Order: sequence, then structure tokens, then C-alpha cells
Amino acid sequence: MTPASAIATRTVVCAYDDLTPDLGVAALVGGVQVALFRLDDGSVRAVQNLDPFSDAHVMSRGITGSRGDVPTIASPIYKQVFSLITGECLVTMDKQPRAGHAADLAVYPVTVDNGQVIIDLVSAA
Amino acid sequence: MGAEKVVVVGAGMVAQRFVQSLRAGDAEGRYAIDVIGEETFAPYDRVALTSFFSKAGPEDLLLGDQALWDDPAVTLRRSTRATAVDREAATVSLDTGERLTYDHLVLATGSSAWAPPLPGIDLPGVFMYRTLDDVAGMQAWVRERQAVVGRPVRGAVIGGGLLGLEAAGALQSMGATATVVEFADRLMALQVDKSGGEALKSLIERLGVKVKTSLATTEVVADAEGRAGTLRFSDGSEQLVDVVVFATGIRPRDDLGRGAGLAVGERGGIVVNDTCLTEDPRVSAIGECAAAAADGHLSIGLIAPGNAMADVTAHRLLGREEAYLGADTATKLKLLGVDVASFGDAFATTPGALEVVYSDPFSGAYKKLVMTDDASTLLGGMFVGDASAYAQLRPMVGAELPGDPSSWILPEGAAPRPELELPDEATVCSCNNVTAGTIRHAVNEDGVHDLGELKACTTAGTACGSCLPLVKKILTTELGKAGIEVSQALCEHFELSRAQLFSAIQVAGLTTFSEILERFGTGHGCDICKPTIGSILASIYNGHVLADDRAALQDTNDRVMANMQKDGTYSVVPRIPGGEITPDKLLVIAQVAKDFDLYTKITGGQRIDLFGARLEQLPQIWQRLVDAGMESGHAYGKSLRTVKSCVGSTWCRFGVQDSAGMAIRLEERYRGLRSPHKIKVGVSGCARECAEARGKDVGVIATEKGWNVYVGGNGGFAPVHAQLLVEDADEETAIRAIDRYLMLYIRTADRLQRTAPWQAEYEGGLDAIREVILDDSLGICADLDAHMVHHLDTYEDEWAAVLADPDRLKQFTSFVNAPDTADPSLAYVEERGQRRPATASEKVQLVGAATATTHPEEN
Repeated sequence: MTPASAIATRTVVCAYDDLTPDLGVAALVGGVQVALFRLDDGSVRAVQNLDPFSDAHVMSRGITGSRGDVPTIASPIYKQVFSLITGECLVTMDKQPRAGHAADLAVYPVTVDNGQVIIDLVSAA
Repeated sequence: MGAEKVVVVGAGMVAQRFVQSLRAGDAEGRYAIDVIGEETFAPYDRVALTSFFSKAGPEDLLLGDQALWDDPAVTLRRSTRATAVDREAATVSLDTGERLTYDHLVLATGSSAWAPPLPGIDLPGVFMYRTLDDVAGMQAWVRERQAVVGRPVRGAVIGGGLLGLEAAGALQSMGATATVVEFADRLMALQVDKSGGEALKSLIERLGVKVKTSLATTEVVADAEGRAGTLRFSDGSEQLVDVVVFATGIRPRDDLGRGAGLAVGERGGIVVNDTCLTEDPRVSAIGECAAAAADGHLSIGLIAPGNAMADVTAHRLLGREEAYLGADTATKLKLLGVDVASFGDAFATTPGALEVVYSDPFSGAYKKLVMTDDASTLLGGMFVGDASAYAQLRPMVGAELPGDPSSWILPEGAAPRPELELPDEATVCSCNNVTAGTIRHAVNEDGVHDLGELKACTTAGTACGSCLPLVKKILTTELGKAGIEVSQALCEHFELSRAQLFSAIQVAGLTTFSEILERFGTGHGCDICKPTIGSILASIYNGHVLADDRAALQDTNDRVMANMQKDGTYSVVPRIPGGEITPDKLLVIAQVAKDFDLYTKITGGQRIDLFGARLEQLPQIWQRLVDAGMESGHAYGKSLRTVKSCVGSTWCRFGVQDSAGMAIRLEERYRGLRSPHKIKVGVSGCARECAEARGKDVGVIATEKGWNVYVGGNGGFAPVHAQLLVEDADEETAIRAIDRYLMLYIRTADRLQRTAPWQAEYEGGLDAIREVILDDSLGICADLDAHMVHHLDTYEDEWAAVLADPDRLKQFTSFVNAPDTADPSLAYVEERGQRRPATASEKVQLVGAATATTHPEEN
């Protein structure tokens, strides 16, 4: 489906200082649940909070880490591991995602501006 | 939808296996499958029929992933009977009047219970033992009679084979008495010889079941109300009964095949060749309704051969030619809790075969090995009462058995057992039929040195997983032979094993993950090493799991000190030491559950679990519980869970020690002790063992003189009874032994290794552990004791500590930008007066598509 026009919504979700390194938080952005992580290199990453393998909104409560050079997040439910850069599912734990879900996570662009964490969400008009 | 139509007649275990196997290999959807079943249930585990009585209902017996029946390529018709097959027209007629056409027909009609045509066999109160409806009917009858007669219901089982003994166990579990009547001269005549049958009879009689052999039943006589009332036997004797169960054998259900003009075996069963095809290349027969060439055209009443035939047939349709090689009739059963096993040439029919027999007059066990005439090669074996050597010996059939064969049947420890090297042709994984040779080839020729890869490339251990320890052992042995060191690395970030890391961290005195990673690891860590190090730090220093940089190390549950459930909400378990609780505290728990609408369930560990708490509700819930004097139960932690106990000598007429008091003392001593895996403890007040302590990591059982301490027990996937550590000890001695045992386990076990495998793999086993903790052979006892004192001195209630710390409380919010908003995707339905998470389809109705928008580029 091609949207008639796309609108980017910039949402300030919290202050950068509200984020603890390696401890994710969830945010509600225009009805979509987003998981935010401040990594130990200082960068902030955002992916969908929905865990495609359990259908529960829990990714923000997973453990961050790395596989090689790729920063990762592990699902707290069945322990699948995803790239925080591309959202790609790196370890499926021999499981399939729930019906209707892709195995990979959606990734959202995050900017830190003047101490504020901002998420850009593109949605259909 | 598939172009080719497969019709499966029968919806039992073998039909289920066939459909699963065909669907697994048919991603492109070449076949559309119709399954015709006459029972009202989807395929269920008939082998586990007896467990119907201990389960909640028939749905607990359903086989495999039920999603199989929602697969659009599969149509399951229940309560439907196939009445005729027309091979000319390639159609199956159903009792609904429908007629299905097929490209391939698979007959999986199984077998039916057979009973002799005795007078009175149709009376009310007479049952067969074959289907869920049979056992449900029998249960209802026994309950109804029980309510009327005011004494135990008198049960009799005709037939002393596997099903007969299962039925006797079922009767006993319902509170009825049970007499087993067998026409042959012994029980389990197909599996055991005369002496084995005697041993089995006396073991079963010890359990309260009466056994009569060499006796034929001639009539079931009605009582005044026309119900089964008396059994009459061939020797003229009689017995009063309220319920009679016939388990006198099964007959293949081959009538559809007969009707269609297919050949049947001499003793029934549709004749099939090595690919399970009948004489008609479009018709297969599998399972108990088939008489395969490889089985001498006899029907085999076991599940494993049926599964093999199902796989052969599915794979043939998928274009992979395989042959069914005949049934391995080796069996290992647990009947009324008594082990019975036989394998190979158990009856010593090989000319010149030698029988090596051991019968233990005290335990009642009977064990026999059948060897070649020079006593070198193993031909078969038979075990009654103790089948512990079965798993190791069965794959050795046809191979030379090193050392003295009697070492395998004498009581464990009586004679040293040599290390066994499995022959290449021995089957290691019987689910997927993988031999030791295949595994060795993968390790040595294909260079597979990792257990995960080995599983993937050989498929060994990927079905039920019970052979994995054996697969791992072969891998380690082969690598050892090749001089390759087996990596103990925790994960890609740490080269050290958990035990090595534990001492390294302790010696270096490191207290944070970043220091440890910098000193001993690489990268940023992961979901394997972070929780492991979080646990080690908690074990060594006993600091708060959420303090400093440790919150980010904790796994799912420890992270918020609650147990995450499938929908992302949590369950809460306050500590109830020893299962003892005041009515006032119960009232508080009940009020909290009501106020937060929490689903409430009693746990197996004598506590109360409150489900459905959202992340942001946890502090409010715990504030109420802490205010009422309760504390964390650590149900979420790899740590002490509960100390289960019976009520003990303070109330019980039989108790010899105060088990509840001892349990509370132990629970308060070890609460919060972080360990490689969860620890469960049980205390029983007498030898009746009502607390089931020997199934726990530490089991304490009262004796007249003091306490026996057992260690290394395990329930779960691989149940193990705990073994005796100290005997008749006074309270202080018993506690000191437990202190040191737990501390040694915490220091040296692998990540997520329970006490049972740790103890088994500890060099020198339990004897060596006993020397370390009782005789101080390593000189570390003072250190272990000091470590436990440190734990006791520094214990604090984790939840009380969090409630007092605004910084840590901040982690308990739903959304950083909407802390008062609950997760909008949660949905519940009411069931039996409480709520439970909605299923996927219920959720669509409840919350609609509200949660579907997650991909920014979509919509």
C-alpha cells in the first residue's frame, strides 16, 4: 500500500539524563510503543517495543550487549537477539515469530537535541 | 491449496506423527491433508492414558503443537468414522454421507481392545482400557460407586500385561482396591521370564495390589441391581467386585483394509512392504493396523515403530525413499512405580547363551544379562525393580562388554563398572535415529566441535533432548582423543567458565561488571555473561541486585524482582517460610489480590502466586506486603526458592521431629542466597516423606535420632532422587553440612547447572564432595563457613530496600513519557472467576487492530 502522503512526527520523549546506560525504557509515541536504549558509548537507539516472538511489549526490558561489533538487545521472554542498528534478528533460538509479525524489529531514528531525546515516527496521512 | 489430496483414516498418535512429519517437509504446500478421527478429541497421548487421572483434563494429553490443526493445509474431522474405501474410484466414504477422493490414502486406524466373549462382559461396571472415553467412564463409575458403598470400591483387572498393570495403578489412584488376574503363569509375560515375573509380582504386592496368576476368568456375574458384582474363575473360586477392567490384549483394526480387498496378516493387520505401502501403490498403512514385512507381518503394539512407519510414509511422499527396518522391541516401563525393562535377546534364545542373574532379596530387584557362550558379547537383558543400567547397556547389544558382566547387575558400587565405549552402530538419539557413528563422523571428519552445531548437522537431541548428555559426552571424548581442548568459554565475551570466573572475581576483589569485562573479557557483554556475572557478584558480596551498575546485568525476572509472564506482566510471590502462614497475613495477600485483580494460584512450593501485575504496580503491591511484615520470596531469582515441609511432630501423629520448625530455620538461613540455578529444599518429619524432600536439591528427613540430609535431588525434565550426605545428624551438624554443600556448589558449578548434574560431574562424585565438606580434604571449610556467615550478616529484604530508594523506584514505570498509562495492548478474559491473558484470537476481538501499527513504513 502506498500512503497518499507521509507525515513525520517529531516527538520529544524524555531528557537524555533520564536514561540510565544499558537500562532500556519504553515510550508511547503516537500510539506506538517504542523501546529506547542509551548504550555505554553514549548513543541512543530506538526499536519497536513489541517482541515479535511473544507478541508482548517487552523489548525495553531486555539485556543489551554485543555480537561482534554490533550492539544488541535480547528479548526478556524467549531470548532472541536483535541488532540495535538494523533491527535484524541475529539469533532466533530455533523459533518462528508469531503469526503476522516479521522476525526483525522496526528501528526508529533518534536524535538528541539540547539534552532532549527525540523520535521521528513516519506515519500515513 | 495443495494439488494432491492425502486422506488419513484414524486420528491417533501415529496419524498425528504422520501429519506433523509431512507438514514439516512440505513448505510449498504440495499436499492437502484430510484426517478422519472417530473420537471427539484431537490426537492425544494414548501411552500416557493413565496420567489422565492426575491431570486437569483431556486437553493436557493432547499431542504436539495444536497449531497443526489450524494449518490451512490440514483438515481434522472429529467424531467422524470412515465406513468404506473404494480403491477403484479412489474414494473414502464417511458416516456423514460424504465421500472424499484421494491421491494417497494412509490407514492409521490403530487397534481396538479385545476381550474374551465371556458371559456378563456387557454388564454395567465392566470397562475396557483403551481410549480417553474408557478411562473417563471408569473414573465416573468408581466415583459414583464410592459415594454409595461407603467402603473402598473393589476393583479387578483382567490381564497382567502392561495395560493391565497401568489400569490397576489407575484404580488405586482413585482409592479403589485392585486385584490383577492373569491367565499366564506370570505378569508381563512378553517382557519378563518366570523369575522376573515372580520379582515383579512381589514388588507390586508390596504396593497393595493383589496378583493372581495361572487363573482364567469364566464369568462376570451380575448383582441384584444388574451391575457387575462377582467374578467367577476357572478353579471355581469367586471374587466380589464393583468395577472390572479388561486389559486382555489388542487386535489390529484392519476391517477397512479387508473391506477394500487388501491382504491382511495371519494374526490381523494390513500387509505392507518395507516402505509401508500395501499392494495398492496409492494406499499405505501405518502403526498398529499394519503388519509390516520387517516385523514378520505381525502388528506391533508399541508407539516407536508406529512413529517410524509414519516418518517413512511422510518422507516417501516428499520424495525421500526410506525403509522401515522393523520394531526394536526393547522397552523400559515404570508400572505402579516399579521399573520393568527388557532388550535384545532377553529370553536367551540364542544357542549357547549364558544368563548372568542377580536377585536382591532385600530390595526385591531382579536383573539378568544374556551373554554369548564365552561371556564376552552382550545379547540382551532384563530388569525388574531397578533398571538404572538399561540406558547404558541397551545400545551395547551385539558389542563386547568389557570387564565382568556381573558388575552391571550388582548393586551400584558393589563392583567397579568399566567405562563403556558405545559401538558406532549404537543408536544414541532414538527420536531421530542417529547413531554414535554418525556423531563421531561429524566430530572427527566434518570438524564439528560445538554442541549446538553438532545438533544442527546430525539432528541428534533436537526432538525430546533426553540424549543430549550422551551426545555431549561423545563430543568431549572424541575431542579429548584428538587432543583438542573443549572450550569452557561462557560466551563470546569471556573465555573463562563460570567456576573460573567466580574464583577470578573473588581473588581480584572486583565488584562491577565494567571492571570484570575490562580485566577478563572483550566487547560489551550479552544476555549470557551479564546475568552470570550479576549472579556471581550477588553470591560473593550479597549486595543488592539492582544497586550500582548491576540492574542492567539482571535477567528478565531479577531485573524487576518479579516473574515475567507471557504477556509481559509479572507474578508476585511473598515468602511464606516452610509454608506456615498466619490467617492475618493470608487476609493481606487476599486483599492485595482483590485490589489489583490478580489471578491467584497456590504454587508447588507451598506459597501463593499473584499473576497479572503490571511493571508500574509492583512497588504499590510490595509496599502493602512489606507493611504487613512480608518479604520477597525470591521466586524470580536463581537462588533459594522455598523450603517445603510437612507439619511435623507438633501436630502429626507420626512425626518424629519438628519439620516445620526446621524448614523455617533453613528458609530464613538461605533466603536470598544467589546461586548458579534455583535451589529447592524440603523437610519431612518422618520417613513417610510427605514433603517429597528427596526430589529437592537438599532434602532433610527426620529420624528417631536426628536428621538425614540428602543432596542433589531434582524434579523437572530429568528427575533424580537426592542421595544421602549425612545420617542421624543433630540439627547443628546437619545445617553445617548443608551450608558447606551449598557454598561449594555456588563456587564450582557451571552456569545454570542444577545440583544434580553438578554433583554427578564433580570429579569423584558425591564421595569427593563429602570429603571436601566433612573431612576438609581441600582445607576450605573455614572459608565456606565464613562465606555463609557473611551471607547471614548482610541479608536484607530486596523489596524493602527498593521501596526505600526513589532512584531504583524510577525503573518501575510503564512509559518514560506517560508513567500513568498502562500498556494498552494487555487484554484479559475471565475464566473460573478470575482473569487470564486473552489468546491471540480473543485479543483481536478485545483490542482490535490497535497494536498492529509498529512498522513506520507501513500503513
